[in-house]
Amino acid sequence: MRSPSLRALSISTVAAFCVALSLVFFYAPIEAEEGFLQKIFYLHVPLAIVSLSGFVIGGLLAIAHLRTRDQRWDLRSYVAIHMSLIFGAAVLLTGSIWARASWGHWWVWNEPTLVSFLIIFLLYATYQPLRFAIEDPERQARYASVFAITAGAFVPLNFMAVRLSASYVHPRVLGSSSNLPGPMMLTFLVSLGAMALLFATLCSYELAAKRTRILLKARSRILGFQ
Amino acid sequence: MIFSAGSSPTSLAATLPNSNSGYVAAAYIVFLAIVLIYVAIMAVRLGRVERKVREMNAREREKERESV
Amino acid sequence: MRVVGALLRKELLVELRTLESVPGMALFAVTTFVVFHFALNQNTVSGQEAAGILWVTLLFAAMLGINRLFVADADQGGFDGFLLAPVDRSALLFAKALSLLAYLFVLELVAVPAFALLLLGPPLGQALPSLLAPLALGDLGVAAIGTLIAAMTVRTRARDLLGPMLTLPLLVPVVIGCARASAPLLQATSGDGGVGPGSLPLRWLGTLALYDLVFGLIAYAVFDFLLED
Repeated sequence: MRSPSLRALSISTVAAFCVALSLVFFYAPIEAEEGFLQKIFYLHVPLAIVSLSGFVIGGLLAIAHLRTRDQRWDLRSYVAIHMSLIFGAAVLLTGSIWARASWGHWWVWNEPTLVSFLIIFLLYATYQPLRFAIEDPERQARYASVFAITAGAFVPLNFMAVRLSASYVHPRVLGSSSNLPGPMMLTFLVSLGAMALLFATLCSYELAAKRTRILLKARSRILGFQ
Repeated sequence: MIFSAGSSPTSLAATLPNSNSGYVAAAYIVFLAIVLIYVAIMAVRLGRVERKVREMNAREREKERESV
Repeated sequence: MRVVGALLRKELLVELRTLESVPGMALFAVTTFVVFHFALNQNTVSGQEAAGILWVTLLFAAMLGINRLFVADADQGGFDGFLLAPVDRSALLFAKALSLLAYLFVLELVAVPAFALLLLGPPLGQALPSLLAPLALGDLGVAAIGTLIAAMTVRTRARDLLGPMLTLPLLVPVVIGCARASAPLLQATSGDGGVGPGSLPLRWLGTLALYDLVFGLIAYAVFDFLLED
């Protein structure tokens, strides 16, 4: 029933990644200052953008849940946040590798994106412990939604605050995504699209798996065994 | 940092001897590893679910046979 | 409004009689300053370092108060009693947040002079009026977020752990704003080489004010959902 759309999503994700990777390594020109290392930009920044959007979307889905009291919104919110957390881990890892290559340290404090991410990661890492600390499923979903909304509003504020606090002595290592020349912008956008597709696909798989497990549990209860 | 095209679009071969290519590869490999680990976990879960479904169907058939 | 006043009076009376939060918070802050002296192996601190030590200590002392904020209500059925009353549920949020604000005020009344006495190098007198601004704005942020998270975690398992784990990342912008704003105030000499503390950077106060506004509104919007059962 849902397999056609899942299949379509998966195929388009793989295709998008093939196109994106070809563009990154064969089309995009070598950047003057950083050289070949700059290629990480096409991986790290789309991951960051998708992850942050995922957290904010999780907050929006949580608002829908609190308004409609439909548990399906809570499920979507949970999956979005969980997936964004995994993508967030990837952001931190790739960012750390980039920092190491650029600066010689595995961590740098003067890169606002990376630092904001660490804070947000630490915050959302408490999402699952919070959920598992509440036994009643209805209350769990409700409290989780409150958290998702608060944390979702926190994401942009945190970004602003950390950016303000970054030292201006060192230029930003990882660079901004503005003032990109044409071919680089195209490559970046395609990579961003591929990453967004990957996020959507993995979320769909996760949702399908969870729904199946819920159905299974309901059926086995009806049939009389655990 | 100002982005600029340092050289014309070059092929991969001309840049490989670069010492930084190790780090680029590491970053992409880490990303790939995370995705593959996730897929593997999903596959394991799927196997578990399929086994449960088979068990349930088997027991349901048994129950039907008993009640007949 | 009257409801908030009544609830607030109850909170403060209970605290006055049982003295279970504020003395602990104040004592913790002073002890932490002593620990810092030994940890840093320094007799005085100034500038950014001083601002950092002061704010981290205040923050962690505030955690103690936040942890205890709803405990009595959760353990002794105060929530149910409140829910039965035909009043706007946000009144509880306001009352608790205002009481937390009061606790923080008393905490700072003790901690800031203690800090000036024990660790701060340059004299505090000149900087004190300007220091009130980041203190006040920071307290508002801590009160808003602290009350919300306290309500969220009080009826969960391991609430003492979960509370700080949730609150600390959320308060990072407050720490940034307050520490950065206070740093020039606590300096031995101001930036241009003159003697005495520098001036208060407005950018950080603006950030703090924005944070307080946004999270005050959010806390008000979502608090009801925490009290439903």
